[in-house]
Amino acid sequence: MSLPTTPSATVGPYLSIGLAWADGAYAVAPETPGAIWIRGVVHDGNGEPVVDAMVETWQADPDGGFDHPDDPRGASAYPGFRGFGRSQTVDGGQFEICTLKPGRVPDGEGGLQAPHIDVSVFARGLLDRVVTRIYFADEAEANAEDAVLRSLPEDRRPTLVAERNDDGYRFDVHLQGDRETVFFAV
Amino acid sequence: MTGTTTSRLVLPRYRREDAASRTPVGSPDYKSTRLRAPLRTPVDLPHRLTEVTGPLLGEGRVTAADADLTRQHDGEPQGQRIIVHGRVLDSDGKPVPHTLVEVWQANAGGRYRHVVDNWPSPIDPNFTGLGRCLTDGEGRWEFTTIRPGAYPWGNHDNAWRPAHIHFSLFGRAFTQRLVTQMYFPDDPLFFQDPIFNSIPEDVRRLAISRYDHERTVPSWALAFSWDIVLRGRDQTPFETDDDGDVA
Repeated sequence: MSLPTTPSATVGPYLSIGLAWADGAYAVAPETPGAIWIRGVVHDGNGEPVVDAMVETWQADPDGGFDHPDDPRGASAYPGFRGFGRSQTVDGGQFEICTLKPGRVPDGEGGLQAPHIDVSVFARGLLDRVVTRIYFADEAEANAEDAVLRSLPEDRRPTLVAERNDDGYRFDVHLQGDRETVFFAV
Repeated sequence: MTGTTTSRLVLPRYRREDAASRTPVGSPDYKSTRLRAPLRTPVDLPHRLTEVTGPLLGEGRVTAADADLTRQHDGEPQGQRIIVHGRVLDSDGKPVPHTLVEVWQANAGGRYRHVVDNWPSPIDPNFTGLGRCLTDGEGRWEFTTIRPGAYPWGNHDNAWRPAHIHFSLFGRAFTQRLVTQMYFPDDPLFFQDPIFNSIPEDVRRLAISRYDHERTVPSWALAFSWDIVLRGRDQTPFETDDDGDVA
């Protein structure tokens, strides 16, 4: 038996009523050793910032584990780490997530994935979420081995790579245009 | 904990859906999608550990009072009191227990309590329009609220959104994340709403709740029922051994 799934709809302009959490941005507390800020701007097809979007992140802990029963290696415990972040783009279309850099995660086929964060972007004007991944510019060796990155045309890979800065990484999202971010169907 | 890098992992596989049965990310009649919906075809992402896991939220994030949107202020909100309830299932028909359900909505006059909503319909001082709950062990959820009103917007000449409640769901995996809108039966505004009509025609009915007389409370509240179906798993997770045989 297979039931048809409920169709998605846009999050609309009033998402902050339902989805704002005081602790949303904190996948980990900012005073945690190793905490990084991932910040970026969501841009529309004119390059303008999207000031009513929401960015959500999900990732492994620094050891590559997930606190989840469906991880066949066993659920991992990493105290104080939620793995999930949620940030609305408000000032200038910028989101910000405080987290720990994820470890490498097995690809399930004998290899390792490069450190990555799965990202969902929701906004008025998007009838479904769009999904992308954050990789890290200072993981060039791991990135070169990553099956997902390698499957992409070389000139589009940089859209997924966050650049190191003073307190973390910068990752901009381009919904359209010459620099349109690689989005994934999951 | 470090991952096993040499062995194959048996992971759940979530069913991929035919694009024809999903809401497209952009739709020309919904003008805001024109500069926002990506134009390139998305790349299939294999379902690996990050995709088959997800945040299991809710403990400590929800109180029982969060499920009653009519009791969040000193007085009661204006409007028709309703109970909205249903189950969260996956497409195999299995309930999704203990998962976070977040809802938000306009008040009875169709006004959101939000800084960018300023059409001339009054704010209700007794209505915020935010609800949260966790599904129970059988995937059931329930809110008490007021029936939201329709409201005008600028998409096209004399455009009105049909009454709806926004829903956000996590399920148990990144693949299952869903944000959607629940509509009410027989809304006369459906015909001109590009958001409702962006849903493929044969599945639009799945976004509409059902009037549920059984669950009304006499002399108190009407009731509407709506089941939410998240993407399920392929029937059997499988792996291949070194000879390529299915184990």
